Amino acid sequence: MTFRSHATRALPLLIAGLLLAGGAHATEAEHIHASQSWLRVLPGDLPAGAYVTLENTGDQPASLRGASSAAYASVMLHKSSTEGGMGRMAPVDNLVIPAHGKAQLSPGAYHLMLMKASAPVKPGDTVKLTLVFGDDSKLDVDFLARPANAIDIYAGAGHAH
Amino acid sequence: MKLRRASRIVLLLAVILGSLLLAGCNRDESVPWRLTNVTGHMPDLDFTLVDDHGKPVTGQDYRGKVVVLYFGYTHCPDVCPLTLAQLHVVMQRLGPLADGARILFVSVDPARDTPEVMHAYVNAFDPRAVGLSGAPREIEALSKRYRSAFTREPDRGDGQYEVSHSSAIYVFDRDGKARLLATPGNPQDDLVHDLHLLLSPGTSP
Repeated sequence: MTFRSHATRALPLLIAGLLLAGGAHATEAEHIHASQSWLRVLPGDLPAGAYVTLENTGDQPASLRGASSAAYASVMLHKSSTEGGMGRMAPVDNLVIPAHGKAQLSPGAYHLMLMKASAPVKPGDTVKLTLVFGDDSKLDVDFLARPANAIDIYAGAGHAH
Repeated sequence: MKLRRASRIVLLLAVILGSLLLAGCNRDESVPWRLTNVTGHMPDLDFTLVDDHGKPVTGQDYRGKVVVLYFGYTHCPDVCPLTLAQLHVVMQRLGPLADGARILFVSVDPARDTPEVMHAYVNAFDPRAVGLSGAPREIEALSKRYRSAFTREPDRGDGQYEVSHSSAIYVFDRDGKARLLATPGNPQDDLVHDLHLLLSPGTSP
């Protein structure tokens, strides 16, 4: 009898707790797993491209809107294309990461363009970028600085992680 | 848009005509090129530009070398470095033969790409890469000569701008004859294969 009344009283609390935790407001960033993050270092203060694989473990699509970094004055989300034999690059508003899916930033396609380094970045350095998602949630990711002539070490590596 | 399309059609016709000629009578038939064969359909390598040491150079200065020509610019953070990094890997895969080749990276952004900038840039990719810059009209002349194109995009507001440009890679033989055309869609193996044919001693395909 006593047990029962305890349970009855605790139940609404338990439900409320569950609702809070699962119901809602897990941010997009909390569901994103970033891997294979690197950037290409170019001589002088030339703009650099940064690349990463984003995996969304959530039930809702997420979208990458851009990034910021203490190491660069400006970071822009861009997309390159070579359609029609012309190489071009254009800013994009966001990149969707499907629910339980992946999106890739890779050479020749989506990338983060890093401009005006606050201090010279050398191959081997690690640079922290803060990725910003559609709901304004943020995720800090370390990017490995690689030499100018690095090829995408992860290309063709398939889905192994 | 129209012009680009027209030039692509011209190129396509040239390629078809070329294949017909080859199939018909030419002994070139035996050469198993994997890239697009443009032999006889594009003019010889010729230009008047400035190299990355600040020295005036012409196409004649590269006779005796197999030339891999690519248009781009240093403020291009993604596609140009990707292409040059791939060309570096191609050169590495060619081994000692690569010494007989030069990568000519021609800037379509001479306002920002001074010889000093170009020097640091190309050397970050490959010791056999040469950065060419020069007078805008000379660069335009070279670009037109190979039916290439480039367009400076509007300023982003902070003085920075992008330059859209043809992504083709042109290959010339030791005599400066245009021989092959590669696009970013060609597998790296094809470039290695065809350059190997052009560079191997004793063969003059």
